[in-house]
Amino acid sequence: MKLQGTVWKYGDNIDTDGIIPARYLNVSTPEELAAHCMEDVDPEFARRVRPGDILMAGENFGCGSSREHAPLALKGAGVSCVIARTFARIFFRNAINIGLPVLMCPAAVEGTQTGQTVEVDLERGLIRNLDTGALFQAEPFPPFLMEIIRSGGLVEFVRRRLERGQ
Amino acid sequence: MGMTMAEKILAAHAGLDEVHPGQFVMARVDLVLANDITAPIAIREFYRIGVQEVWDRDRIALVPDHFTPNKDIPSARQCQVMREFARQQGIRWYFEVGRAGIEHVLLPEKGLVLPGDLVVGADSHTCTYGALGAFATGMGSTDIAVAMATGEVWLRVPESIRCVYFGELPRWVSGKDLILYTIGQIGVDGARYQVMEFTGPTLAQLSMDDRFTMANMAVEAGAKAGLFPVDAVTLKYVASRATRPYQVYSSDPDARYEQVLEYDVRSLEPQVALPHSPANVRPLSQVHGIPIDQVVIGSCTNGRWSDLQVAADLMNGQRVHPEVRCIVIPGTQELFLRAVREGLAEVFVEAGAVFSMPTCGPCLGGHLGVLAEGERCLSTTNRNFVGRMGHPKSEVYLSSPAVAAASAVLGRIASPDEIPSRRLFHFTPSPVASLLPPPLHVDFWEQERIIRF
Ligand code: SF4
Repeated sequence: MKLQGTVWKYGDNIDTDGIIPARYLNVSTPEELAAHCMEDVDPEFARRVRPGDILMAGENFGCGSSREHAPLALKGAGVSCVIARTFARIFFRNAINIGLPVLMCPAAVEGTQTGQTVEVDLERGLIRNLDTGALFQAEPFPPFLMEIIRSGGLVEFVRRRLERGQ
Repeated sequence: MGMTMAEKILAAHAGLDEVHPGQFVMARVDLVLANDITAPIAIREFYRIGVQEVWDRDRIALVPDHFTPNKDIPSARQCQVMREFARQQGIRWYFEVGRAGIEHVLLPEKGLVLPGDLVVGADSHTCTYGALGAFATGMGSTDIAVAMATGEVWLRVPESIRCVYFGELPRWVSGKDLILYTIGQIGVDGARYQVMEFTGPTLAQLSMDDRFTMANMAVEAGAKAGLFPVDAVTLKYVASRATRPYQVYSSDPDARYEQVLEYDVRSLEPQVALPHSPANVRPLSQVHGIPIDQVVIGSCTNGRWSDLQVAADLMNGQRVHPEVRCIVIPGTQELFLRAVREGLAEVFVEAGAVFSMPTCGPCLGGHLGVLAEGERCLSTTNRNFVGRMGHPKSEVYLSSPAVAAASAVLGRIASPDEIPSRRLFHFTPSPVASLLPPPLHVDFWEQERIIRF
């Protein structure tokens, strides 16, 4: 599975209140949430992001609350993939669970700027900066997580498991 | 090789003799939690799994606490979805507004979390229950949907960090100050993916309320859970509440820790976190005098009895500064009632503070105290991210209830020592309390406890 998009790059410790402020949590569909995505970090983001765009960030992306609204808002806004140096634990698992690809790759974050275009090969964890030609290798997923990703998220994974009577 | 208490709890719930950090396990849970924000998504995902009934209607807690009493029509709709699901599934621990409170204050109070439990909640501060020696961790709604359907979750066994506190606590230094100091030292990702195990001789001086406060904020350092060993204080707390058996786990002497951090608390000052990070922590003397517009005392971090008590002590006979709004919010209906009966409510209202029913309300900028552009709030809550309590250009400082109460009176960030002629509050029932109708909505079990305290 290959993704290609324009990069939006942000710094360290972008928290879930930054991704979707708590004041908007009285709704829960991805479309409604997308309208306020990243509002307090970058008020322009929600208006200008295009389907397929890729978000990049530094350390500890998605720290703070457990709100699944955060990856949902990003997905609703059309973000196809998040690449960060590191992720906060709950955000990471929420993203995997709802099928938003997340990759850990400090080198790619280092070597890419906002506005550049990157191509991501999810299965192989390869990230290519199409503007500079640089190629980066993301940290591979443990097999257990790869199974959830291949199923298309946790709900599908569990549904299949229940059907098999496990 | 020995195991930590966290590893032992996970091994027991995964049906294994031992587990190691990094291992992925499927584990059986004791309790699953969601609230009015996270339950609607969990319920939507629950039905997508293709099951019709929850795994165990006695092991799921649903608490409307964030935007309740319903603050607007979309919030009302979210609560309605949760309420209908609870009724239809026969969920035993659905707590209706008026019989509820902030989830992480409420569930331990009701005896629903016990030592040795594995608890998952669709709320990051689920880690609060680590104070009871339970492995409790926050997850997203989809994880919670799966847990409601199957009683199981997937977990990566985390490494543990041991935080050792020694020395006697100085006056006005509470659990809140210890955890703020610790987060200030290690940073917001200092314990990312890991367990913080709180230990050391100072713990003996910490009440259950202080421990809940500390475990609550473990997630602010990125931790998956924050665990306290079970001791006499814990056992006393659960003795009158537990309605099912539980198991006490403790770490082996040769358990492996990723890091051991030692803190000498003897010369610690009260701590304050500055905008916009819970790790941006300074000793009180360095931020002293900063003017404030609002004070909030409450939340799942500091909305418990001893928090209200210390605030009432300091505000008794005082007035909230003319240029400050002070909002006091007890964590649960039980605490609210007790505050009314024992005269604390009167102290707050006479001082010119708002005394509100239990809700998360202002903590997440939801309602009942949202900040305007440029306003500054000193709050006993746990997060001060940009926009957390309102306008993105408002500021939130975090402190203990003692510092918050003193600051409310003085109109600037202040030390409790500055409150003149403080008279210790003796908690004699106020005459007002006797005029109240009998508390029909409180069951016998709760009444018994209120009297015994
Ligand atoms: S009081 Fe604040 S931190 Fe605690 S559960 Fe409510 S919103 Fe979350």
